[in-house]
Amino acid sequence: MAIEKHHTPMLDQLETGPWPSFISGIKRLRDEHPEERINSMTNDLLGQLEHSYETRKGYWKGGTVSVFGYGGGIIPRFSEVGAAFPKSKEFHTLRVQPPAGNHYSTKMLRQLADSWEKHGSGLVTFHGQTGNIMFIGADTPATQHFFDEINEYGWDLGGAGPCVRTAMSCVGAARCEMSCTNELKAHRALVNNFVDDVHRPALPYKFKFKVSGCPNDCQNAIERSDFAVLGTWRDDMKVDQDEVKKYVKTKGRQYIIDNVITRCPTNALSLNDDDSLAVNNRDCVRCMHCLNVMPKALHPGDDKGVTILIGGKRTLKIGDLMGTVLVPFKKLETEEDYESMVELAETIIDFWAENGLEHERCGEMIERIGLANFLDGIGIEADPNMLAHPRQSSYIRLDGWDDAAEQWFERQSEQRAAAG
Amino acid sequence: MAAKDMREPIESGCPDPWQYMHPTMRKNFGQWKYHEHPRPGVLRHVAYSGDEIWTVKAGTQRILDVFTLRKLCDIGDEFADGFVHFTLRSNIEYMVTEEARVQPLINALEEAGFVVGGTQNTVAMISHTQGWLHCDIPGTDASGVVKSMMDELIDDFRNATMPNRVHITTSCCQINCGGQGDIAINIQHTKPPKINHDLVANVCERPSVVARCPVAAIRPAMVNGKPSLEVDERKCICCGACYPPCPPMQINDAEHSKLAIWVGGNHSNARGKPTFQKLVAAGIPNNPPRWPEATAIVKRILKAYKEGARDWERVNEWIERIGWPRFFEEVELPFTKYHIDTWRGARASFNSSSYIRF
Repeated sequence: MAIEKHHTPMLDQLETGPWPSFISGIKRLRDEHPEERINSMTNDLLGQLEHSYETRKGYWKGGTVSVFGYGGGIIPRFSEVGAAFPKSKEFHTLRVQPPAGNHYSTKMLRQLADSWEKHGSGLVTFHGQTGNIMFIGADTPATQHFFDEINEYGWDLGGAGPCVRTAMSCVGAARCEMSCTNELKAHRALVNNFVDDVHRPALPYKFKFKVSGCPNDCQNAIERSDFAVLGTWRDDMKVDQDEVKKYVKTKGRQYIIDNVITRCPTNALSLNDDDSLAVNNRDCVRCMHCLNVMPKALHPGDDKGVTILIGGKRTLKIGDLMGTVLVPFKKLETEEDYESMVELAETIIDFWAENGLEHERCGEMIERIGLANFLDGIGIEADPNMLAHPRQSSYIRLDGWDDAAEQWFERQSEQRAAAG
Repeated sequence: MAAKDMREPIESGCPDPWQYMHPTMRKNFGQWKYHEHPRPGVLRHVAYSGDEIWTVKAGTQRILDVFTLRKLCDIGDEFADGFVHFTLRSNIEYMVTEEARVQPLINALEEAGFVVGGTQNTVAMISHTQGWLHCDIPGTDASGVVKSMMDELIDDFRNATMPNRVHITTSCCQINCGGQGDIAINIQHTKPPKINHDLVANVCERPSVVARCPVAAIRPAMVNGKPSLEVDERKCICCGACYPPCPPMQINDAEHSKLAIWVGGNHSNARGKPTFQKLVAAGIPNNPPRWPEATAIVKRILKAYKEGARDWERVNEWIERIGWPRFFEEVELPFTKYHIDTWRGARASFNSSSYIRF
């Protein structure tokens, strides 16, 4: 049965130009897909989208849709103009957790495509901004059928609402010489410990884990996650002086001075007279710039681990927050190392679940109660690496100063003894 | 559906990627030595074992229909061992192990209409939100804005001619799911919400809506004999935070929801600490289907950055070096009192020195 196609003059303009057009893709589903259900659903979707373009308004409303046993993972969408566009009046998205690091075989992608066109609209995105595969466009019964099918062969829903969200990690050790940790393992250890908190939203607000293998932070973890894990190292960076000299020879001394030496944020680099590189590793902050410029010559050191920062988020409600260093360096090698990192996440989430206000991100709670109180709450000692600089304000009671100072020296000597 | 038909979910969480990873990646996991940039859109990684991975990166329309997804799989099967990797910005990457297989793969992708590029110092694919296609609170579209902009910026995606990488983001409301970027194009509402007082009591959990307001401008009120909410419009900053939990507080407006452009968001630690983006332009018309006014400003910023920045400088570093007054001069944008921060911590953004460039 031929469908009556909506007239879409504005959307049609998005089919011109060299960049691939999402409108052409949706039209293909409308015009060429063998299933009439998909033809009419995408036709009405285009109709509603054209209506939005004409009126400059959105027409989707949220609601409550879930699969059996879960309370989240579906983004429900009901059309406010469903009478005019009935075939897409329910157009929910299923958020599905990708494999850590976003690796896929084409075989698996085909299997997902087959399941999706059986139940949904045929539109999918790899990936949304939280990191999920977004299967866009299913009516309420189809969400359950599609989930049941893909859940049987290894896929699970991600988070939506006030819960632990789907995590993200960079390509990392799979294909990057900068990688300082097993990002995939850290990613899965963290998020898969909290499946209950992912699927059943019961926290003050969202909580995100993101893992970047080095301080280049390709996953944007510091700015966009509540619990950011960044690979780093604490011994000397490795320098292949022959490669440095080759690079100087190719690019010239001035280029190296202007683009490497003087760009070091802590002035830890110098170019020797013989064109070798001098590195003051005590001053190096692992910013990654010199390694980025000379990836053949410079490499992270051998004593690798992670830095953990807490509380990154965007504006709502108190303004943008970067994550704050909580753990300056942590080894991540043995199973015990991973377990203790997961335990730290549990402690933080428990404390925040107990003390956070409704709709208050972890970083906002820290802002409200103060970093020192947060540290007390989770049982972590203050460390100068947590700060850009010590306090500026003299408005503080110092009754406990002597005890705190004594504890600091005790901890220092304990650490020295442990280090042998 | 009757309860007996209900199936218990298998709470498997995040899948193990090992099973979907290219075998050369598995073999050399954590053992990579260095990488090179043979050409834009292509990376060459060399492992200590001597193995190589040649990666070809391509931009897509991001909202993929199953035909396109299968086409991408066909290309992967025929030219690239049947494995793919997706980047943070929704580009697709194919991996091959010999240089000879790179060009045929590039040809196949380009012939199918995909765009090879996006590596190194290119303008990357715009990371974006859902917009009118799927979001419940959008002030504009996302995919359409991105398609329009990428049509104009495609040469900068294909060619690595910028001083450093450029990340562009768009967001269809002020929550800014698109995230921080070297250049961010976001909705900025300019008028307080219009409240449908007949619906508030039935739809909204009033205390949580009151709590949502960042400036305490919302209070409970009786309007037309019904419990509702009212907004102190002198306090209201038009952020739209009340709209998601209370749809009768309509913030989106065809005329008064404008676009704003922010610059200097940079999440890398390289050379300097991560930075948040800063407002540079506002009041830009929300003009579907092509948003030419916003694109024109983005192109002006990119042109000034390309001409004025030094190698490796990201947008924020370039501006820090030349100073904000010169930035506004170079991109021919007005500087207004609205550029002065009024939020907590604003003082830290004032110039408390005699550092002035003439």
